[in-house]
Amino acid sequence: MLEVMLAGIQTTVQDLGRSGVAHLGLPRSGALDRQALLLANRLLGNPDNTAGLEFALGQSSLRFNRDAWIALTGADFDARIDTKPVWSGWRSLIKAGQTLSLRGPKAGMRAYLAVDGGIQVPLFMGSASTDLSSGLGGLEGRALRSGDRLELGPERPLKHQVGAMQSPWDNQIRVLPGPQYPLLAETSILTESTWQLQPSSNRMGARLEGPALRLKAPLEMASQGVFPGAIQLPPSGQPIVLLNDAQTTGGYPIVATVIEADLWKLAQARPGQSLQFVLVDRAEALAACERWKQYFNRLGRALGSGEAHG
Amino acid sequence: MQSLSPQISVLGEYQVFLGLPLSSDPEVCLQIQSRIWQLANKCRDRDGVLETVPGMNNLTLRLSDNQDPELWCRWLEAEFHRTASTDIHKGREHIIPVSYGGEAGPDLESLATRHGLNSRDIIRLHTQGNYRVLFIGFLPGFPYLSGLSNTLHTPRLATPRQAVPAGSVGIGGAQTGIYPCTAPGGWHLIGRTHTQLFDATANSPCLLSPGDRVIFVERGHYA
Repeated sequence: MLEVMLAGIQTTVQDLGRSGVAHLGLPRSGALDRQALLLANRLLGNPDNTAGLEFALGQSSLRFNRDAWIALTGADFDARIDTKPVWSGWRSLIKAGQTLSLRGPKAGMRAYLAVDGGIQVPLFMGSASTDLSSGLGGLEGRALRSGDRLELGPERPLKHQVGAMQSPWDNQIRVLPGPQYPLLAETSILTESTWQLQPSSNRMGARLEGPALRLKAPLEMASQGVFPGAIQLPPSGQPIVLLNDAQTTGGYPIVATVIEADLWKLAQARPGQSLQFVLVDRAEALAACERWKQYFNRLGRALGSGEAHG
Repeated sequence: MQSLSPQISVLGEYQVFLGLPLSSDPEVCLQIQSRIWQLANKCRDRDGVLETVPGMNNLTLRLSDNQDPELWCRWLEAEFHRTASTDIHKGREHIIPVSYGGEAGPDLESLATRHGLNSRDIIRLHTQGNYRVLFIGFLPGFPYLSGLSNTLHTPRLATPRQAVPAGSVGIGGAQTGIYPCTAPGGWHLIGRTHTQLFDATANSPCLLSPGDRVIFVERGHYA
């Protein structure tokens, strides 16, 4: 078990999210930076979909009541086990009675904690993920509070520390043209402008500000299914990139979609940060996905767990 | 109807979209929607399909990453032409008791004024409708209902509310719907129901499914 001593601004239980439920109005949810959670689980030999914690900003601390191997990935927080620093991208042993504390982040936006055996919460529609927008899943559908207790799965016998290189973040977000891209009055504005991430962004959407994007003519659209990565254009002309907790249907024009391989970059962008969209084609999007797969396969081999969890 | 040709396109890496032009005739919309329901049922649980989301006269699929979206486009088009608009499935009927006006329906009076009616007229028109669930979206269990009287069609609020209470019955554009949980929203709120639209503990958590019929009846003061 672990006890939340200090909960941080928004700490939630997340796995890789729900599938097959969008037609019920349920969002995917799950870790905004999938690759970071995957990496943390791989470092511990957990199955990829094991639930961990997503931290966003602030100071938090957790006390463990059993010996546990942990791995922290994603944003670079100042992390310590009692007073000893913990490195991001490494697995470390925490002893029963010790406290893991996080402060930050120094860079990035969200950190992920995996624990050997995983965080145990009742599954909702097949997933442990917290859907903050509708208050479902995770721990009572909400962010953690001080005093919460979380059950851990069975211990795994691990030995020495190991670490992995994490991909460096940059602000170049690759996108595929969306169905309404050709209807933009000036398509160049999308890719030649710098977009600033707004503080009102959350797990539902990354709200961006820049020069107004306009359509050649007003467009009435029927509501349709939408998914994380879709770049919607509301009448304000300021685009919104849908993220994991987004509504399942929408009626705004979709001018582009962020490629799957780069969605994590939005999860790790901070309010005020400048982002740029780079238009790519489908072949490049698929190649970028392939590079992630190869990265995790190499990592699996290096850690001796093969591709069993791929 | 059979000659209607859908627009079919690939969206992102692994989504496929099939959409029909929106008709101003509600009957035509419903006929097209019934073909969307049939198509959605054919797609759901098929290997390679992660999500099947019907929208307003359209359907979006999210495929797993071992699928070729172009092949699915061709398959969808062929399947669409194999569906018929004549057999609109009947669905189940739900009677939803609503307390209109007052705190439960804070926009009832302004809506009446806007349309040159009184609030009794609005309630009468709203309870006379035979509504169909076109699709579920936006929030868990939120039904998009067709069948709203033309007289009640109203553009959404200029500034959405931060929090619409669960159970609120609203009007947005040509549609009426029910908020299953407390959420931000831009529809005009005319009443509220105790009927639970989403039950996270149930096997089928959504009360309503596409194709179901809904009848609103007036009940007394909301308590």
